[in-house]
Amino acid sequence: MAALCLEELLARAEQREAEPHRSVAVQKELELEFDLGNLLALDRNPPPSVPRAQRESRLRSLARDNTQLLVAQLWGLPAGRAEGATGPLVAQLPEPSYRLPREKPLPRPRPPTRWEQFARLKGIRRRKRTSLVWDEAAKQWRRRWGYERAGGDPARDWLIEVPAGADPHEDQFAKRLRDKREKVARNEFNRLRNIARGALPGRGLHPTGHQSRAELGRATQVARVSTASLGRFQPRLPKEPAAPPPRGGKKRHFQPLLGDLAAERSRQLELLRGLGSKKPPLDLTRAVNKQLREEDAQAAAGKGKKRGQRGKRGRQRPGGGKGPAGGKGKKGGAPRRRQQQRPAGRKRS
Amino acid sequence: MRPLTEEETRALFEKLAKYIGENIQLLVDRPDGSYCFRLHKDRVYYVSERILKVATSIPGDKLVALGTCFGKFTKTQKFRLHVTALDYLAPYAKYKVWVKPGAEQSFLYGNHVLKSGLGRITENTAQYQGVVVYSMADVPLGFGVTAKSTQDCRKVDPMAIVVFHQADVGEYVRHEETLT
Repeated sequence: MAALCLEELLARAEQREAEPHRSVAVQKELELEFDLGNLLALDRNPPPSVPRAQRESRLRSLARDNTQLLVAQLWGLPAGRAEGATGPLVAQLPEPSYRLPREKPLPRPRPPTRWEQFARLKGIRRRKRTSLVWDEAAKQWRRRWGYERAGGDPARDWLIEVPAGADPHEDQFAKRLRDKREKVARNEFNRLRNIARGALPGRGLHPTGHQSRAELGRATQVARVSTASLGRFQPRLPKEPAAPPPRGGKKRHFQPLLGDLAAERSRQLELLRGLGSKKPPLDLTRAVNKQLREEDAQAAAGKGKKRGQRGKRGRQRPGGGKGPAGGKGKKGGAPRRRQQQRPAGRKRS
Repeated sequence: MRPLTEEETRALFEKLAKYIGENIQLLVDRPDGSYCFRLHKDRVYYVSERILKVATSIPGDKLVALGTCFGKFTKTQKFRLHVTALDYLAPYAKYKVWVKPGAEQSFLYGNHVLKSGLGRITENTAQYQGVVVYSMADVPLGFGVTAKSTQDCRKVDPMAIVVFHQADVGEYVRHEETLT
């Protein structure tokens, strides 16, 4: 019995030892295809057929194995440290090669214009015309339309024949210009009309596609008072709440002139307490002023010392002249220095 | 005439606090009697309870003034202090400026105080701090706002403005008809 137990334990231990090795090395019949730029792995192996009860666990293990392969590939990439030498390890991914599907739906085709509809109805085909035509007068190929067009630009004619039956006094140049402007305006109008026809019904009317409950409520409130009588005779909607919406502002209400003076005083004291607490604990200008004052004091102290030194040198000269006597002169020098410093200190304070 | 609303009281106290700080408490809560602030024709009056009770018997349109006028509310609901409030500001003022005798007259004519006319100034006065202006004989002359802090005052040239004029006792003569 004990021997069997021991064998069992040994087998289990062996199994446990073998497990990590198996989990790192994954065997596949067909190699996976990797696109490391997208962190994508494609497994072309047929899925294992397993009973329904084990399917979930098999799928999990399959996903784990494939992830293991992907991560193993990632470790093969050139890597570096982020944020200098101390940061986390960062792999440099190659350019993605797999083309991901488009994120947004395809744009809707432009709705046909009125002319296109008409042309389709009549079976009119678009005829391809060359853009260059032979100009007999200029003896060269010229554009059919636009600048330097073949046959000369009619807008630049210096002479126009008055058509038969037209008013001889009418300005033909002005008429041509007017016609051109009208044509341009009509084209623009048609263009805009085509755009308007192409727009979805109702899109121009409602800036917000879906109105929320609150927005609808506000809209009904506005609509209710948008009558000549400000909604006074407006019948209620079936499920509209009966309470009339509040109109106008709140009426001002003042305390009585000779009310409870003690209460008024306590209210004001309370307000004062609030005002006091609002003040920031650190008054910046005051702090800066204090700093400035300290610097001034230091500067003044430094200046006083310097002046004292200069004065000492100035006064030492006569003392030095007097002082080859030696010890006596030295003794005289020290107390004098102290005396010089004292008045300076008094001035500072 | 009516008591001040919450916002009006706040505006008044914020303005007063620029001059007398937390000493407003002493104005609100006085040991010698009950005093209060009342609004009449956009002007704020500091009134004792006794006078207030007497004044209630006078119709509003006939009542010219009562107590001491502290200032008025502008149409945009800002509060302006009047020189009549000086008697209450001066004893509690936290920051003071003394004006030299030569510059006294200039200040009483409504001019700013220049550095040359500055006699003394309270230590640690910040810039744009409300101050009460005194003559060298400690007579309150008016109030203003410092243009420079005490530190800066030492460095500026003599013709620089040190205190902006806000109100002075000369207004009792100059603006006699509008002061109530």
